[in-house]
Amino acid sequence: MDYALESLIKIAIVLGVIITTVAYVVLAERKVSAYIQNRLGPNRVGPWGLLQPLADGLKFILKEDVIPNHVNKAIYLIAPAAILVPALMGFAVVPFGDTLMVVGREVQLIISDADIGVLYILAVSSLGVYGVVLGGWASNNKYALMGGVRASAQMISYELSLGLSLIGVLMIAESLKLSDVVNLQATGTVLGVLPAWFVFNQPIACLVFMVSVFAETNRLPFDLPEAEQELVAGYHAEYSSMKFAMFFMAEYAHMITASALIATLFFGGWHLPGVDPTDSSFALSVLKVLVFAVKTAFFLFVFIWVRWTVPRFRYDQVMRLGWKYLLPLALLNVLLTGLYLTLNR
Amino acid sequence: MAVATSHYLILSAILFSIGVAGVLTRRNAIVIFMCIELMLNAVNLAFVAFARHLGQADGQVFVFFVMAVAAAEVAVGLAIIIAVFRNRETVDVAEVNLLKW
Amino acid sequence: METAVFYVLATIAVASAVLLVLFRNPVYSALSLVATLFAVAGLFVLLNAYFLAAVQIIVYAGAVMVLFLFVIMLLNLGHSEALESTVGRYRLTGVIFLCALLVAQLTAVGTRQLRGPVAENEALRTENVQTLGKLLYTDFLFPFEVASIILLVALIGVVVLVKRETPETT
Repeated sequence: MDYALESLIKIAIVLGVIITTVAYVVLAERKVSAYIQNRLGPNRVGPWGLLQPLADGLKFILKEDVIPNHVNKAIYLIAPAAILVPALMGFAVVPFGDTLMVVGREVQLIISDADIGVLYILAVSSLGVYGVVLGGWASNNKYALMGGVRASAQMISYELSLGLSLIGVLMIAESLKLSDVVNLQATGTVLGVLPAWFVFNQPIACLVFMVSVFAETNRLPFDLPEAEQELVAGYHAEYSSMKFAMFFMAEYAHMITASALIATLFFGGWHLPGVDPTDSSFALSVLKVLVFAVKTAFFLFVFIWVRWTVPRFRYDQVMRLGWKYLLPLALLNVLLTGLYLTLNR
Repeated sequence: MAVATSHYLILSAILFSIGVAGVLTRRNAIVIFMCIELMLNAVNLAFVAFARHLGQADGQVFVFFVMAVAAAEVAVGLAIIIAVFRNRETVDVAEVNLLKW
Repeated sequence: METAVFYVLATIAVASAVLLVLFRNPVYSALSLVATLFAVAGLFVLLNAYFLAAVQIIVYAGAVMVLFLFVIMLLNLGHSEALESTVGRYRLTGVIFLCALLVAQLTAVGTRQLRGPVAENEALRTENVQTLGKLLYTDFLFPFEVASIILLVALIGVVVLVKRETPETT
């Protein structure tokens, strides 16, 4: 019973934090894009525009909710939920801190430290495509359908390199548990000076993973499913009001989960060099959570940064990059890691 | 209290039969294909149930192979359907009767 | 608790399997199959086959069914068919065969002593992935390699099948 209660509280907190972060990442995106383009960005609602997400949310809720006559209603209604839910589910196995003493009991700062953590992430990320495909098909609109077809092809292609890039990491970690992956990175060093983060152990895997994750989240330079200039808005062209907002939130929730995963798998998670990973005093535990938050925030910034500075790929370029460069690169990484592990046995 | 193995087997039998019914009655090649996937899944369920019943991992390994073969089969099957559709503009198995003559 | 979860999942699986056969629109059929696959994945978890549950979602729900939807959308088959073209002339044969099959299976299951105690295998439950991995790379190494060749052959076969004949560029 205690365990169930503890899990429920953790789920509630994590969901709350993610939803709030989504709102503020949207604001951050508008601010950063403004600075990149030498503008000021939203600054009218509240100090420095900090209340802008609130105003945006209200606007979305109060807009008229149009359901066009020509759509396939049942699937049209399912699609926004089908894209938002997997985006939020991915966070369930991400360790956002070590352990924390709360009212006399040691709480592991992870919702579920499942044995199949990494597989769970791959499973959930592979479900994200449904919302896009169904939304595009149900809209009964050629632009939306094109977006849906593009999304399914793109996401299946990049899932391969996403999964294969993780194999090198798993070969070293010898565990599918994300907490084990982080603990391994928190101990020892690479070449004597660098922390044992997988970005230094597995640079190829890190590169392939980051590029694939960009493709999986449908962010520029891989935003072909929604490409404004070619497809109007792609799969969500026919959506309005809160349903559009759900697609929008899903994109940012995906980004947050992806950033957290990059930080966890390749950048040591909550580990800060110089901090004793075994010490679980209250102050250090809170510091670890903060370190994790800062790392995640940094990768969110990278997502935004890339979006506003890199142009979109052509469709054939996306397919060529995925199949002819990333996939062989990921396989090469598996081979090299295997060779290294065999020779060092 | 664990659910008895026979329950899983009965469920597996029901799912398999529904798959067979679909293959026999439907004429859309894609739906027939999906029914075959359903049958494979029913078999997988029985395998895993037996693996637990006997306390051996072999059943689960076998399911792993079934999934690998099923994935290959789906890829080839859908490619054939696309090739047929390009020639005949239909996926209705009753109209794809070229081999009858 | 476990029994209740089993019955809920079993009901979902059977109901959506029936809908898979009955729906006239292939997209709806595909979605009900996805629901069945999820229910079966849940049953795998109940049976302590965690690895297979994850693989079930990754391979079936994540790749195979998306491929189905992709083909349905690509060939623009996502509209309901007329009833006479949905169910073939063999409906009666199908139903009779189905009933016979079901009865045969249920008798086969019912007459065996399968209600006995379940054999305990602690390693299979607590170290599911490790156990399977070790088996795959020792006892089942040869089938494993054969499976990889099957996948490779399928890959090449699909490319050959779907590639359009291009005019010779000499």
